[in-house]
Amino acid sequence: MGLTKQSTGTGTLKEMFAVKLESTDDIVVALAGNPNTGKSTVFNSLTGLNQHTGNWPGKTVSNAQGKFTHRNKKYILVDLPGTYSLLANSVEEQVARDFICFGNPHATVVVTDATCLERNLNLALQIMEITNKVIVCVNLMDEAKRKKINIDLKKLSDLLGVPVVGTSARSGKGLDELKDIIGKVAGGEINPTPVQVSYDEILDKAIQEVEPHIHNLVDHQMNSKWISLRLLDGDQPLLDSMNEYLNFNISEDKLLQDKLLNARTELEEDKIKLEDLRDRIVGNIVKTAEGISTNVICLKNQSHNQLDRKIDSLLTSRTFGIPIMIALLGLVFWITIVGANFPSTVLAKGLFWIEGQLTVFFGWLGSPLWVHDILVLGMYRTLAWVVSVMLPPMAIFFPMFTLLEDLGYLPRVAFNLDHYFKKACAHGKQALTMCMGFGCNAAGVIACRIIDSPRERLIATITNNFVPCNGRFPTIIALATIFIASATGSFSSFAATLSVLAAIILGVIITLFISKLLSKTILKGLPSSFTLELPPYRKPQIGRIIVRSIFDRTLFVLGRAVAVAAPAGLVIWLMANTTVGEASILTLCAQFLDPFAQLLGLDGYIMMAFILGLPANEIVIPILIMSYLSKGSMLELNSLSAMRQLLIDNGWTWLTAVCMMLFSLNHWPCGTTLWTIRKETQSWKWTGVSFLVPTVTGIAVCFVVAQGAQLLGLV
Amino acid sequence: MSFINNLIPLNQLPVGSFGKVKELIAEGIVRRRMLDLGLIYNTTVESLRKSPAGDPVAYEIRGAVIALRSEEASKILVESI
Repeated sequence: MGLTKQSTGTGTLKEMFAVKLESTDDIVVALAGNPNTGKSTVFNSLTGLNQHTGNWPGKTVSNAQGKFTHRNKKYILVDLPGTYSLLANSVEEQVARDFICFGNPHATVVVTDATCLERNLNLALQIMEITNKVIVCVNLMDEAKRKKINIDLKKLSDLLGVPVVGTSARSGKGLDELKDIIGKVAGGEINPTPVQVSYDEILDKAIQEVEPHIHNLVDHQMNSKWISLRLLDGDQPLLDSMNEYLNFNISEDKLLQDKLLNARTELEEDKIKLEDLRDRIVGNIVKTAEGISTNVICLKNQSHNQLDRKIDSLLTSRTFGIPIMIALLGLVFWITIVGANFPSTVLAKGLFWIEGQLTVFFGWLGSPLWVHDILVLGMYRTLAWVVSVMLPPMAIFFPMFTLLEDLGYLPRVAFNLDHYFKKACAHGKQALTMCMGFGCNAAGVIACRIIDSPRERLIATITNNFVPCNGRFPTIIALATIFIASATGSFSSFAATLSVLAAIILGVIITLFISKLLSKTILKGLPSSFTLELPPYRKPQIGRIIVRSIFDRTLFVLGRAVAVAAPAGLVIWLMANTTVGEASILTLCAQFLDPFAQLLGLDGYIMMAFILGLPANEIVIPILIMSYLSKGSMLELNSLSAMRQLLIDNGWTWLTAVCMMLFSLNHWPCGTTLWTIRKETQSWKWTGVSFLVPTVTGIAVCFVVAQGAQLLGLV
Repeated sequence: MSFINNLIPLNQLPVGSFGKVKELIAEGIVRRRMLDLGLIYNTTVESLRKSPAGDPVAYEIRGAVIALRSEEASKILVESI
């Protein structure tokens, strides 16, 4: 049952790992590394925009692949999940290990962080045990230089026995050399001879017991010493993978079983139990990494981390940590609200001028009135609203949020808030997934993959919707600006910011409360183990941030909104203009919903707007305005005060605005998010729970607020 | 060897002081994660700072800053140095 070339060749790559090869000459390169090493920057810099992302077959782990051409050769770069090790058997680690082991990449690049080399070498050494075609990329050399950390790359290469390239991927430094070396290793011009981890005598003895036989079984296809250690360690997932990818079931080999048993018995005679064996294996790797790194690193400045520590002691301080966090968030919203006002008005004016021109154009064409009305008043007007309301705040908010992300602030938020998440029996990383939800809840749900425990991942998924995404911010901001700001005069932008901030803090409190409730009821359990790395602060690359946040986020979210808004505008227009008896369908639906909506402090049209806004929350306000306008009020909506008047004419009070803000914060997730939840959880049941939990919460909160305010006679 | 008596759980190591890892009493996956962080015998760990609520605590472990909840840190026995 030896291995055939066929079973390990490109066929496996395509089917098992979904690598998109264009021809058999393509060179496949794996990119491995710890999280926070700038691995994705290396990936982006090498491949540019030639990438596509998906999932690893059958796993909820992201799989990003990209292409680049260097010296007339085509390369496919496969970005492996960021892991600290390949030994702890999380899904990410298995995916990374299986690809290196069974995907047979032509070369594997291990990206390491120059400012934290020792810990990173741990993974590099483990990969070098599996394959010899390894290139170590020491990234963030610019950060190391700034911190006066000197790394002797030549010596590192000598000690490791593999090529080492120093890079600063953010500025593109060293990447050409990296490509050259990748080409040489893949083409066989350079044949690395990786240093082997020196295991202690007792382990060596055990390895020798089983290795010769394993060597016969795997026949040069895999490193037999490495397999020996894994089998001694009782690594069942590796055996499963060998079976899956190579049709190679060595657990059935009788002689091997005997030899393993022998070796284990001998180990036990030396008083080494399975648990101790693991300690020793890892211990040996860590010590090897330590030995190498002390040999190549020279710290010119012993206190190179002082600045980071000073910043940390302010940003996570007992007294100021949380207030600073809230103030920063408030600042971001304030800038967004103030900054978005002017471009929003300009965009609205421009787009409505175009509407006028379109009307003239249709008149010139002589098309029937209903065609004009459907296309211009239905589709185009909704589109114009969505673009002018959403684009400016997003174009301001996303870059600022990405800036905080780039600086390394988000892990500090998780650090500050972890205690409360622990109290809620939730995972500390839920704070991170919650932050991602501010951008887009669907992205937040996908980010929940970083939480290992299934119970806590579900809690994070279900509660992600309690923080408003960028589709809902405009609703909350618009309501705050129209109703709260215009009532308070010169401090208007502050009042608007404060109310948005209050909504978000409420969202976080509800998140914690519901997480706790879920932990005590349908998702019972204790919080699982939690380790959070607080990576060094990094100097952000402003240009890159703007490009990334505009293209990856703003245009993506806007594109989705536009795609949904156009057909939705059509539907609304039809509903508003098709009459059954005396009233339009829209009015009939709204009248039907009205009694229930009134209990929640809303009205039928608002409820209708939320229901029709299921595909994308961005269109809730445009739908609402269209509904009110279609009732007959002929208004030119070119100013906020006109909009305010429209709402007041339709019976709005401050309570309506507050309740609508609350309901926007707490109601069903949008269609995309629900679809993502279904994909991530693979379960309709949990998708249903994710729909119901925020909806019921919203109904309850609005009911209490509306009835309470009315009882107290506040309205 | 008399250090046995001086062992304290890592979460009791005062902020600003150093400890040497002597024993892990965690098992299974948690133990593996700790080993992956480089917490092997005799590794020096510095207690850096507490979070605003006092838990978790940030530690410097082999050049990286890692936050651990008290549940995990209490399973790492260190000798105060």
